[in-house]
Amino acid sequence: MIVGDRKPMDEILEMLEPYENILILGCGTCVTVCLSGGEREAAILAGQLRIWGKKEGKNLNIMEHTIQRQCEKEWVDEMRGHVEKADVVLSLACGVGVQLVAEMYEEKAIYPGLNTTFMGYPVVHGTWLENCRGCGNCVLAHTGGVCPITRCAKSLLNGPCGGSQDGKCEISKDTECAWQVIYERLKKKDQLDWMNSYQPPRDWSTAGDGGPRKSVKIEEVID
Amino acid sequence: MEADEATSTSEVPEEFRPRIVAYCCNYCAYAAADLAGSMRLSYPPDVKVIRLPCSGKVEISYLLKALEEGADGVMVAGCMEGDCHFMEGNFRAKRKVRHAKRLLEEIGFDSQRLEMFNLSSAMAGRFAEIILEMTERIKKLGPTPLRKGVKD
Repeated sequence: MIVGDRKPMDEILEMLEPYENILILGCGTCVTVCLSGGEREAAILAGQLRIWGKKEGKNLNIMEHTIQRQCEKEWVDEMRGHVEKADVVLSLACGVGVQLVAEMYEEKAIYPGLNTTFMGYPVVHGTWLENCRGCGNCVLAHTGGVCPITRCAKSLLNGPCGGSQDGKCEISKDTECAWQVIYERLKKKDQLDWMNSYQPPRDWSTAGDGGPRKSVKIEEVID
Repeated sequence: MEADEATSTSEVPEEFRPRIVAYCCNYCAYAAADLAGSMRLSYPPDVKVIRLPCSGKVEISYLLKALEEGADGVMVAGCMEGDCHFMEGNFRAKRKVRHAKRLLEEIGFDSQRLEMFNLSSAMAGRFAEIILEMTERIKKLGPTPLRKGVKD
């Protein structure tokens, strides 16, 4: 899922400063599951803003609404009534959602309430780990299902490096050496010979440095 | 914020009776409140008890909502640690209350108006004591700064 963290309150208050009718817009997919921008978090942030507004003697009208996905036009279009009532929309979606909402309501002030951080899964309840960079050229078949692009600090394809100590990466004692994890995983799969195969320099042209990437499913495109 | 609170304190009416919302677990605090009644124990009357199936059911938004609507203090009362009917609901409540306090602090609102307590269903005396403790605390803090212009 796409993981995000709520922006610092000071930054949120600064963005919303000129406005009175504020819509907190939650997203019901990734950011709901990562507990940062769903219906529950929208209610919490709305509650905080109402308390802050009353305390500061401001006459704020804080509305909250959550749609299933802010990254699809059909869903974003359905909330037009809510958006029209607001002076500003604070979207708690990932950057994708914020951009689509901003595109569909060009006249309206649309601001992000989250910092979109990464794609990952929860390792324990409440803690998420980055697992995928979306580099466009997946190598998981050779690495026991562990992504070295994401989880190795150097994105090495022929690891580990000399900074691997006792299974940890030299950047932090809390960070596992991805190549140690890959080694253990391949051992369990009886595929350790992969460790001896040389991986040539990869083609990074798919990784997004050439502007926004596009995916076209030709069979689905309606002319 | 401090200035606000100070102003509120100086404007405390003579008989300020703090309005406290108490989210109580059905298996402990709610039963203790019931027992306190049967035992004719007296405690400050301005506490509004809301029964929850478990203190872990409390949502941060409930706590904020009570404060937002003008409660002077909000408390969550759950079972003794280790004695939760649902194993760990009271620990969940403890984490939620701790986080709600952080959320209040980041908007400059005094988080002492929110507190978590633990007791068992047999502790009627303790229930009365907790209400008194919370009432005294809120009396010191004065009325909530959020009630300006709100009718009683």
